[in-house]
Amino acid sequence: MRPYANDTREREMKRPRYRWMALFAALLLVVAACGDGDDTGSDDTSSDDTTSGDDTFRIAIVAPSASNDLAFTQSIVDAVDVIADEMGNVDVQITDGTFVVEDAAAAIRGYAEDGVDLVIAHGSQYGGSLEEIAPDFPDTVFAWGTAADTFGLSNVFSYEAASDEGGYVMGVMAAALSESGIIGVVGPIEVGDAKLYVDGFHVGALAEDSAATVNINYTGSFSDVALASEAAQSHLAAGADVLTGTAQMVVGAVGVADENGLLWFGTQANQTSLAPDIVVASQVYHWEVVLRDIIAKIEDGVLGGEIYEINLANDGLVIEFNDGFTLPADVRAKADAAIAGIESGSISTGS
Amino acid sequence: MSDIFTRTVIIAMVASGVRLAVPLLIASLGEMYGQRSGVLNLGVDGIMLLGAFSGYYAVLQSGTVWYGLFVGTIVGLLLGIASAVIAVTLKAEQGISGIGVYLFGLGMSDLLFQKLVGTPVPITSFPKVAIPLLSDVPLLGGMLFRHSLVVYLAFAAVPLSMFVLNRTTFGLNIRAVGQNPESADSLGVSVTRVRYATVIIGGTLAGTAGAALAIDLGIFQQNLTNAAGFIAIALVYFGAWRPLGVMAGALLYGFVNAVVLQLKTLGIIPLSWSDIAAMAPAVVTILALVVVAQRFQPPAALTKPFSRGT
Amino acid sequence: MTRRPLFARVRPRLQGYLVPIGAIAAALLIGAVILLQLDASPFEAFGAMVDGAFGSANALMNTALKATPLLFVGVGITIAFRANVINIGGEGQMVAGALLGTTTALVIPQWPALVVLPIVLLAGVAGGAIWGAIPGALKAYYGVNEILSTIMLNVVAVQLMNFLLRGPLIDPAEIERGTRIPQTERLMDAADLPQVFGRLHIGPLLAVLMAVAAYFLMWRTPIGYRIRAVGLSRDGARYAGIRVRRTIVLAMTLSGALCGLAGAVLVFGSESHRMVTDGSTVGFTGSAGFNGIVAALFGGLHALWTIPASFLFGGLLVGGLAMQRAVQVPSALILALNGLVVVFVVSSDRLRRRMLASGSTDDDALPATSDPPAQGASPPHPPGAVDE
Repeated sequence: MRPYANDTREREMKRPRYRWMALFAALLLVVAACGDGDDTGSDDTSSDDTTSGDDTFRIAIVAPSASNDLAFTQSIVDAVDVIADEMGNVDVQITDGTFVVEDAAAAIRGYAEDGVDLVIAHGSQYGGSLEEIAPDFPDTVFAWGTAADTFGLSNVFSYEAASDEGGYVMGVMAAALSESGIIGVVGPIEVGDAKLYVDGFHVGALAEDSAATVNINYTGSFSDVALASEAAQSHLAAGADVLTGTAQMVVGAVGVADENGLLWFGTQANQTSLAPDIVVASQVYHWEVVLRDIIAKIEDGVLGGEIYEINLANDGLVIEFNDGFTLPADVRAKADAAIAGIESGSISTGS
Repeated sequence: MSDIFTRTVIIAMVASGVRLAVPLLIASLGEMYGQRSGVLNLGVDGIMLLGAFSGYYAVLQSGTVWYGLFVGTIVGLLLGIASAVIAVTLKAEQGISGIGVYLFGLGMSDLLFQKLVGTPVPITSFPKVAIPLLSDVPLLGGMLFRHSLVVYLAFAAVPLSMFVLNRTTFGLNIRAVGQNPESADSLGVSVTRVRYATVIIGGTLAGTAGAALAIDLGIFQQNLTNAAGFIAIALVYFGAWRPLGVMAGALLYGFVNAVVLQLKTLGIIPLSWSDIAAMAPAVVTILALVVVAQRFQPPAALTKPFSRGT
Repeated sequence: MTRRPLFARVRPRLQGYLVPIGAIAAALLIGAVILLQLDASPFEAFGAMVDGAFGSANALMNTALKATPLLFVGVGITIAFRANVINIGGEGQMVAGALLGTTTALVIPQWPALVVLPIVLLAGVAGGAIWGAIPGALKAYYGVNEILSTIMLNVVAVQLMNFLLRGPLIDPAEIERGTRIPQTERLMDAADLPQVFGRLHIGPLLAVLMAVAAYFLMWRTPIGYRIRAVGLSRDGARYAGIRVRRTIVLAMTLSGALCGLAGAVLVFGSESHRMVTDGSTVGFTGSAGFNGIVAALFGGLHALWTIPASFLFGGLLVGGLAMQRAVQVPSALILALNGLVVVFVVSSDRLRRRMLASGSTDDDALPATSDPPAQGASPPHPPGAVDE
C-alpha cells in the first residue's frame, strides 16, 4: 500500500500546486500588464486627496439589494439623485446588492479610506459593523438606516422611517374599501421596517372597522417571489379583497392581486406601475428630506449625533395616490383625516 | 375550525401546491436525465435564472407568453450544451463546475435585468385553461384542472419520461451509461453522445422551468428562483432518479409550502412561529424519505467522467 | 531511464502552467468585454482587483480574513469527500455553529477571555458538528442521500437563525428602540477574537492550524485511514473490519464541525461582534459554504493545498469587491465573473493534465487520463443506500 499511496499523494500534491501557482502567476501577469492603470486614483488604498481645493461633495451608498428594486434600496438611490440634482457638484458612488454584511463592512471602510465625504450605510444589518468602522474615520460622515442609534459617536447620523404612520393610513383606507371585511398582508420576516409597517397597518384597519379581519402572513423570506405570490393566493382563498405587503418579493403578491381584481396598497416606493388598475396608493419614502438636513449639518461642521425620522409631518413619508384609480371621496376624506391626526399627534399608530 | 376550512380554501391550497411544484418538477425531471446517465449538474439554478430572465424579457418585448417560454427554453438549451461540454468533453469536476455556472447565472441574470430593464415591469402570465368536463368535477376539478397549459405539460412530461427511460433504446442507453459506462461503451453505445443528450435535456428543462416561473409570476427580480434549482436537484435524489418519484417529491414540497401559507394566513400558525413553520417543507421532505426507506441505488457512475481505455 | 534534455522535460510542465493561466485569461477576457459594454475600463478594473486583493498590507489582511471561512469549509469538505460524502450543507453548518457559539456567549458569565474564547469556539464547533452529524446519520442509517439532506438542512438553518435572532436572542435595545433589527447585543469583549495586527485577528491562523491538523488526521492517524478507506471502497473497508456507518457519520460530523467553527469565527471576528441576519444564509456566510467547495477542489482535496487555494480564491473575492468600488459596475457583474473564473479554471484541468501526459515525463508514471479511485481528486460518486 505504501508506495502506491506515495505516488498518488505526490501526484495530488503536484496537481493542485500547478493550479494555484498558475493562478498566482496569472494574477502577477495582470498586475504587470496594467500597472499603469492603478494611478487613476479610485482604488480604495489611495490617500485622502479629495479635500484640497476640490469642492465636489462625494457620497457613497452601500445597500443590500439592487438599485432599481422598486423598494428599499431604490428609495435611497432616488433620494441621493434628488440631492445630487439640487446641489450640483456631487459625485455618487454605489455599491448595491451587498447583502453579505462583511462585504458591506469592507465597502463602507473602502469608501471611507477613499476619502468619501458621506457614506450612507443603507441597511439595518450594517449597524454593528459601522459602530466599529466609524471611529477609525473621524473626518468621514456616516449615515445609517433604517435605525435609531448613533452609538454615541460624533460622526454617525442615523435615520429611520415611521412607516407605521403610512401603514395606519393605508389600513384605514383598506378597511374602508374592503367589502368582505377581510384584508390580507404579505410580509417577509417580522423584523425592522417590515414589522413597523404591518403593525401600523393593522392598527389603522381596526381603527376604521373594528370588525375587520386582518390576516397577516410573514412568508419567511425577503426574496422568495413565488412564495409571496402564493401567500396572496391564500389570502384570496380566505376571502380577502384588499391586500398589502412590504419588501422586494412582494411584486409576486401584487401580480396575484392584479389578476384577481384585489386592491393593493404599497410601501417603500410608488408601486402603481406594477398594477395600474388596482394599486390604490403607496407610502413613498423620501429620504432626501433627511439627507438635506444631514448635508446642511455637515456644512455647519456637525458630523453626526442626530437620529432622523421621516414621517408624514415632515413630508419624508408621502402617500402617493394612484390617479388611475377612482378613490371614493369619503375614503379619501378618511385618509386625509388620518394623516392630519397623525401629524398633529392626536392619533397614535400604536408603536 | 371546520368553517375555516371551506371548500374554497381546500381547493385553493391544493391548486397552490400544484403551482409551486411545477418549476421544481420541470427542473428536477431535467436534472434526473443527466444524473441517470452519470452527470451531476449543480448549476441548475443558474440556468433557471438565465432562462427566467430571457423568458421574461422576451415576453416584455413581444407580448406573447409562449414566445417567452420558447426563448427561455432555447437559452436553457444553449447553457445545457455549455454544461455538457464542460462536464463531458472537458471532464471538469462536476461539483465545482456546476457551482461556477450557478454563480454566473445568478450574477448575469441580475446584471442583464438591471441594464436592459431596470425597475421591474410586470408582464402577462399564462392564461388559465380549464380542461372541459374534468374541471367541473367537484373539489378535484378546481384543484387540478384549472391551471395553465404549462402545468399540464409539466405533468405530462412525467409519463413521457417514464416511457422514454423504460421503453426506448435511448432510455436504456441512459441507464446503461449511468450504471456502467465501460460496458455500455464496449457494446457500442456512445457514452459521450448519451451524456451530451441528457445534460442538454437537463439544461433545456431548467431554462423552461425558469421561464415558466418568471412568466407565471409575471415579473423578474434578482435571484427570482431563490435557490429553487437546488431544491430541484435534491428532489432528484428524493425521487430515486425516477420520474414518478421526482413528481411525488415536487408535489410534496409544493404542497407543504402551500399548506403552511394557508395556515399562516388563517392565523392557525401564530406569527411567532412563522419561521419554524417555514422549515416544514424541508423537514417533511427529509422525514418522508426516511420513512419510505430508500431501496434504490443511484447510478453507479454518477459524477465520474468517462474516458475510453481506462 | 534516460535523462531527456532539460527543455523537453520542462516544456510539458510549462504547458501545464499555461493552461490554467489561459483559462483565467479567457474568463477575464469575457469579463473585459462585459466591462466595456458597461463603459468601464478593463485595465482599471483588473488593476483595482489585484490591488484590492494583494496590493497593500491592508489588502492582504482583507484577503486573509475573507479566505478564513473558505479554508475552514474547504478542509471540512475535503474530509467528507474523502469518505465519499458530498457535503453541500456548509452554509447551514456555518449558521448552526454561529448560532450555538452566539447563544453560548450570551448565557455564560463574564469569565476572562482565556476561558471564554475556547468555550464559545467549541460551541461553534459543536453546533456545526451536530448539523453535520444529522445528514451523516441519515445517510448511514437511513440511506437518505446527503445532497438532499444537506440542501434541506440549509433551509432549516436559515429559518432557525431568523427565529432566534428576531426572538429569544434579539438585542433588548432593539425592542426598546422599536427598530427590531434581528441582531444580538454586542457580545462580550472576552469573546472577541484576539487581534494580531490591525484588524487581522487569529482567525486565519486558526484556519491554517485546522488545515494542518486535518492533514495529520487524514494521513497520519487511524481515523483518517478509516475515512479514506471507506471513501475508496465501502465493501473493502467493511471487509477489513471498519465500521462503515460510524465512519460516515464521523466524516460528516468533522466536516460540519469545521464549518461550524467557520461560522463562530465569523461572528466573533466580525467588525460588529454581534450576530445579525438579513433573512438569508448568504448574508451571513458570504456563500462561504459553496465557495469553500470550490477552494477544496482547487486544492485537490488535500488539506494542506487548500490553504493557498483558499487564499487565492479569497483574493479573487476581495479583489472583486474592490473592482466594483473602483469602476462602479453593478455587484452582479462581480458575481458573474467569479462564476466564469471557476468554470474556466475547472474546465481546463483535464486539458492541462492531458498536455502533461502527452509530454510524457518520467514523473507521471500513471496515465493522466485515468481516474483510479485512489486519487480522490474528482468528487466521489454519491453512494446511495447503505445496505448492511
